[in-house]
Amino acid sequence: MIPTPDLSHLSAQDYEQVYEPAEDTFLMLDALEADAEELRSMNASVFLEVGSGSGCVSAFARSILGPNTLYLATDINDRACDCTQRTALQNKAALDVIHTSLTQGIYSRLRNSVGVMCFNPPYVPTISTEASEAQNLRGIEGSWAGGSDGMQVTNMFLETVHELLSANGRFYLVAVKENNILEIQQRMAQLYHLKSKIVLSRRAGREHLSIVRFEHDGVTLELNSL
Amino acid sequence: MVRLITHNLLACHVKGCTSNNFPLQLQNVQIELREADFNPDFLKTFLPKLEWKALVDSAKELGDTSLPLEQPEMLDDEFLKNLHHVLLEIHIEEGNMICPNCKHSYPISNGIPNMLLAEHEIG
Repeated sequence: MIPTPDLSHLSAQDYEQVYEPAEDTFLMLDALEADAEELRSMNASVFLEVGSGSGCVSAFARSILGPNTLYLATDINDRACDCTQRTALQNKAALDVIHTSLTQGIYSRLRNSVGVMCFNPPYVPTISTEASEAQNLRGIEGSWAGGSDGMQVTNMFLETVHELLSANGRFYLVAVKENNILEIQQRMAQLYHLKSKIVLSRRAGREHLSIVRFEHDGVTLELNSL
Repeated sequence: MVRLITHNLLACHVKGCTSNNFPLQLQNVQIELREADFNPDFLKTFLPKLEWKALVDSAKELGDTSLPLEQPEMLDDEFLKNLHHVLLEIHIEEGNMICPNCKHSYPISNGIPNMLLAEHEIG
């Protein structure tokens, strides 16, 4: 069993501005832990977490994948960047934090390079303007307000996943029932040749949470190598 | 912490700025040196992902000239130790990163690079 990262350095004031790890976070940890052996054997050179918040998931990934991987974490919220950095220090995990939206500024250099990628997006359905305003505010609202179907921010990122993942790379996404997971899976398969699987599901209060794991289906890779 | 391994992955993404937008030039930087565990396996895996010239130039901007201009074919211990130091032990705590093309300045504050742009600047 891999211990949950030590977050004792984070205070109530931090959690006023940064998403506090909750059931969705722990479901992501459980999904990564269930795949731990396979993930280790992939020898990923880059791990990337988008929207790292407290830094809990990235620090946990560090204890799974070990020292032969570069750990990158991004967040649009500067307080979240600070929390992720402190969590890295607290858990002695070398983690490089970048203050940005999704992967802006690192996207072009990370193409076909990311071995393991995680995103716990703002997935709660809200009115559309609420989601875009939340991103512009760069605060805690941006960690949950997801706009129409809760997919407004996630959809932007989903367009880039196939370009970021390495040949054997894996992407773990948190989603709720309202996001229409089946539609996401079909779309990713059709548009980007990414196959996917719901690897874990759990009910937490009103939320029906799932972790969806994506990877290349092999077809694109063969085409590229022709 | 902005280490040169991370800096080697950052490119300007201002709208329309698509060529000569890498590497970002380091200005007014404050650096700290922090020892890290030497891990030759990691260095060897990561080597093909590096933009070598960008790394050598950026190291020079920080006063480190230990890396050869061309990536060597033989990875001896001395080379790997120098690479280890340049990539992983030099931490940029404060400063600016300037795009060589459009001159946009990305600040580094408290060891965190800020790559965010205003909405009208995003490509």
